[in-house]
Amino acid sequence: MGNSVYSPGTLPARLTPHEYEVNFSDINPGLSLHEAMVEADRCYFCYDAPCVTACPTGIDIPLFIRQISTGTPRAAAKTIFDSNILGGMCARSCPTENLCEGACVREVAESEPVEIGRLQRFATDTLMDENIHPYKRAHETGKIIAVIGSGPAGLACSHRLAMHGHNVEIFEEKPFLGGLNQTGIATYKTVNDFAQQEVEWLLKIGGIKFQLNKTVKDLEDLHKLTQDYDAVFVGAGLGDVNRLNIGSDKFQEAVTFIEELRLASDYGNIPIGRNVVVIGGGMTAIDAGVQSKLLGSENVTIAYRRSRSEMGASEHEINLALKNGVKLLTNAVPLGMSGDGTDEKLILGRTEIIGGKIQQIEDTIELPVDQVFMAIGQKLEFGPGSLAIDAGKIVVDSHGRTSVPGIWAGGDCTNLGEDLTVTAVAQGRDAAEDIHRHLSK
Amino acid sequence: MPSLNSTFAGIKSPNPFWLASAPPTDKEYNVSRAFEAGWGGVVWKTLGLDPHIVNVNGPRYGAVWGPDRSLMGLNNIELITDRPLGVNLKEIKSVKRNYPDRAVVVSLMVPCDEASWQGILPQVEETNADGVELNFGCPHGMSERGMGSAVGQVPDYIEMVTRWVKSNTRMPVIVKLTPNITDIRYPARAAKKGGADAVSLINTVSSITSVNLDTFSPEPSIDGKGTHGGYCGPAVKPIALNMVAEIARDAETSDLPISGIGGISTWRDATEFLLLGAGNVQVCTAAMAYGFRIVSELQSGLLEWMNDKRFESVTDYRGLAVSNVTDWQNLNLNFVTKARIDQDLCIKCGRCFAVCEDTSHQAIVINSGRTFEVIDEECVACNLCVNVCPVEGCITMEQLKPGMVDKRTGQTVDENPLNWTQHPNNVLACTTD
Ligand SMILES: Cc1cc2nc3c(=O)[nH]c(=O)nc-3n(C[C@H](O)[C@H](O)[C@H](O)COP(=O)(O)OP(=O)(O)OC[C@H]3O[C@@H](n4cnc5c(N)ncnc54)[C@H](O)[C@@H]3O)c2cc1C
Ligand SMILES: Cc1cc2nc3c(=O)[nH]c(=O)nc-3n(C[C@H](O)[C@H](O)[C@H](O)COP(=O)(O)O)c2cc1C
Ligand code: SF4
Ligand code: SF4
Ligand code: SF4
Repeated sequence: MGNSVYSPGTLPARLTPHEYEVNFSDINPGLSLHEAMVEADRCYFCYDAPCVTACPTGIDIPLFIRQISTGTPRAAAKTIFDSNILGGMCARSCPTENLCEGACVREVAESEPVEIGRLQRFATDTLMDENIHPYKRAHETGKIIAVIGSGPAGLACSHRLAMHGHNVEIFEEKPFLGGLNQTGIATYKTVNDFAQQEVEWLLKIGGIKFQLNKTVKDLEDLHKLTQDYDAVFVGAGLGDVNRLNIGSDKFQEAVTFIEELRLASDYGNIPIGRNVVVIGGGMTAIDAGVQSKLLGSENVTIAYRRSRSEMGASEHEINLALKNGVKLLTNAVPLGMSGDGTDEKLILGRTEIIGGKIQQIEDTIELPVDQVFMAIGQKLEFGPGSLAIDAGKIVVDSHGRTSVPGIWAGGDCTNLGEDLTVTAVAQGRDAAEDIHRHLSK
Repeated sequence: MPSLNSTFAGIKSPNPFWLASAPPTDKEYNVSRAFEAGWGGVVWKTLGLDPHIVNVNGPRYGAVWGPDRSLMGLNNIELITDRPLGVNLKEIKSVKRNYPDRAVVVSLMVPCDEASWQGILPQVEETNADGVELNFGCPHGMSERGMGSAVGQVPDYIEMVTRWVKSNTRMPVIVKLTPNITDIRYPARAAKKGGADAVSLINTVSSITSVNLDTFSPEPSIDGKGTHGGYCGPAVKPIALNMVAEIARDAETSDLPISGIGGISTWRDATEFLLLGAGNVQVCTAAMAYGFRIVSELQSGLLEWMNDKRFESVTDYRGLAVSNVTDWQNLNLNFVTKARIDQDLCIKCGRCFAVCEDTSHQAIVINSGRTFEVIDEECVACNLCVNVCPVEGCITMEQLKPGMVDKRTGQTVDENPLNWTQHPNNVLACTTD
């Protein structure tokens, strides 16, 4: 007999291969042609459309939907990629309910927005399935730009620079490209190795070289690696995480768990606790909680120190967790552990929010735990050196310029990052345009 | 990369998409914004002599909607421009100066005497506009004053006025035709005889869109009364396509350039006009329903299609469908098809059954489990089920190859075509042996 959901401790293979397959299949599968045509028909082709304003990359949504409805999904894809070269991943991972779809006028009219995300996926999949890369490089400029990190910010920046005829050299500390597209976005949002396929497709533009397993600790380090670049773009994301000061081997970082899951070839190999607690209230906490449940954990609780309405995760994501049987425990902070072995418990203190501040009250809860995932925020790992910093992040202006001339930055590592793939893409693209303007002078 | 460049009646424009003479083209402000959005050309809102006409001051449009309130047909009781001639001419000159690569054609409607035309034409030439379009089409208001469709419905007048215009200007002359006539070939031939460089069609179709059930007034209602207006938009496209094809395949006018107008909303509609012989197209209602930005979709769609078909320029495929438009009697009666239902796509709504059972040939059965199937013994291939099925591609027509037996007639399909002129049932048929 193998392991089951009720086997005590932290164990692999709680489910059958078929159950894993079902659990980690595409959460929001692509639209069929008929579905796409019916949905596209719903778009009103609004003037100065609110959905466009709400998209951080400003995709011309009414135009691409009209192009779908007139039978030209490839032209639609081109419209999308003109603004957002990672439109494929964004179609899968954007919290659309907070972005484009949240602003759609049909949300106002009948609480049922046009399904922009799924239409975007329909168009981009059509073009990418045909393996067409719709851009050509401008004449080579002979300039070279160093890009640190290959997440959405670094990739979007590199592609736009390459399009303008510049050469790009990416330095990436992991053994693969893609950043959190490859290691963070929940497995069921990006199935069939889409992240890597997208990277390969993006690189077809040409002019982009990369070095893997290459950590650039700080700017000084970069200087040692390459002397002759014309500009630098830092898209290093947030490589480090915040930790709790509770000494227990049951504690683990949520992002590491999620990364292992993303890179796993067999979900049955990943040990998961019968009782799991996730500490945090953002997207990462939700993803860790849901995926624990999908791996076969019996009891999963997300413990958040403030109230539900203050959680960083959107209502849609919280509902996803609840739908998957994850429990929500709000107004609770972890204090320590009690017991030992399979009898260990996590002690949490109750909180109240008084004047916006968290106050612990005289009340504790004990939850049995085999595993605790910490999802309480990430922080900068890349050494900023002389770059101006605010709240632990690199300060940039709307063009992505840092305080040091010749150095641009974008994505999660900056003060303008929003922990969203699409924002990182927008910042990478805009910095590339500014670098291009700067180098064309 | 294919090119959308277009030359029509000697007038060049960067693409074949022009805005038709109507409110979208009635002043410099609009036209400049249209050109910024990417339109290849405009036909300026029809000019008349001073004192300028006046429009009603209540609603001038009526509408017919499809599902989800999408605009299928628009009807208007607007007249020609209601601004002084001088203001329009000044603005036309300015637009042409600012956008020299775009086509600017000026639509005209003046009283039916040569002196009026002699008076206005030099003034238009002075603006450096690329050509003139003679509005013989407007079906309401102006026709009561002996202009517009009052001229367009009498081929002799068309020929006469066209000749006056040609002999008084160096500019290319496009004659705009009204569809409110029984046979469009006669006005087209008359335009050609009068020396027209091209025809454009269609103008709007006489119509009443609706009647108010509480006030008993036609819509749009002006103080409790209405009048017939001109109908346009997607609903009139089939009428326009047929008229364009009629002119394109008429021996007398087959070499006459045609500007296709009527219900063009998407690149597909436009391409259909070009395939039926139009040299370029004009758009009014779609711009009025969605704004100038639709031209992006017109351009990207046509380019993608040309790319797929490996056409380099618009002239590569102009008129390719004309020779396939023929008379009924020439259609092959040995071409036999049967409806086929794709069970994977079928959503089991039963509409195909309802229409075939009630109004066609009782050729669809409902099997147990609510599956729908075509009975080949009964199916006459009328296409009605295909047309009512809500799922595109779910019901298709499959051709019976020569040698196969048509279960309805019991006859083997002959590989040799047979049309009505050769059919044994046709008492006038001429036998070939
Ligand atoms: C678990 C999780 C789930 C998420 N889910 C979503 C979601 O569903 N939707 C959404 O919109 N957003 C989501 N996000 C947020 C989104 O992934 C990020 O906002 C986005 O990836 C930021 O892009 P970036 O390019 O700035 O950084 P990253 O994607 O983090 O990429 C940074 C890259 O730089 C490399 N790097 C770092 N330091 C160095 C160095 N010193 N030298 C060389 N290379 C270095 C890293 O290895 C990495 O490849 C999620 C985040 C997490 C953590
Ligand atoms: C409000 C309105 C005003 C119009 N005014 C004119 C006009 O002044 N002169 C003219 O030649 N056609 C006029 N038309 C007709 C259009 O130019 C065009 O021929 C017709 O609308 C069919 O095209 P569509 O289906 O794209 O709208 C008008 C149409 C509308 C809707
Ligand atoms: S807001 Fe909604 S209806 Fe309007 S253009 Fe955007 S997707 Fe279409
Ligand atoms: S469209 Fe403009 S001019 Fe016409 S009725 Fe509405 S507000 Fe008035
Ligand atoms: S109309 Fe189409 S979808 Fe409906 S039952 Fe018939 S075949 Fe099926």
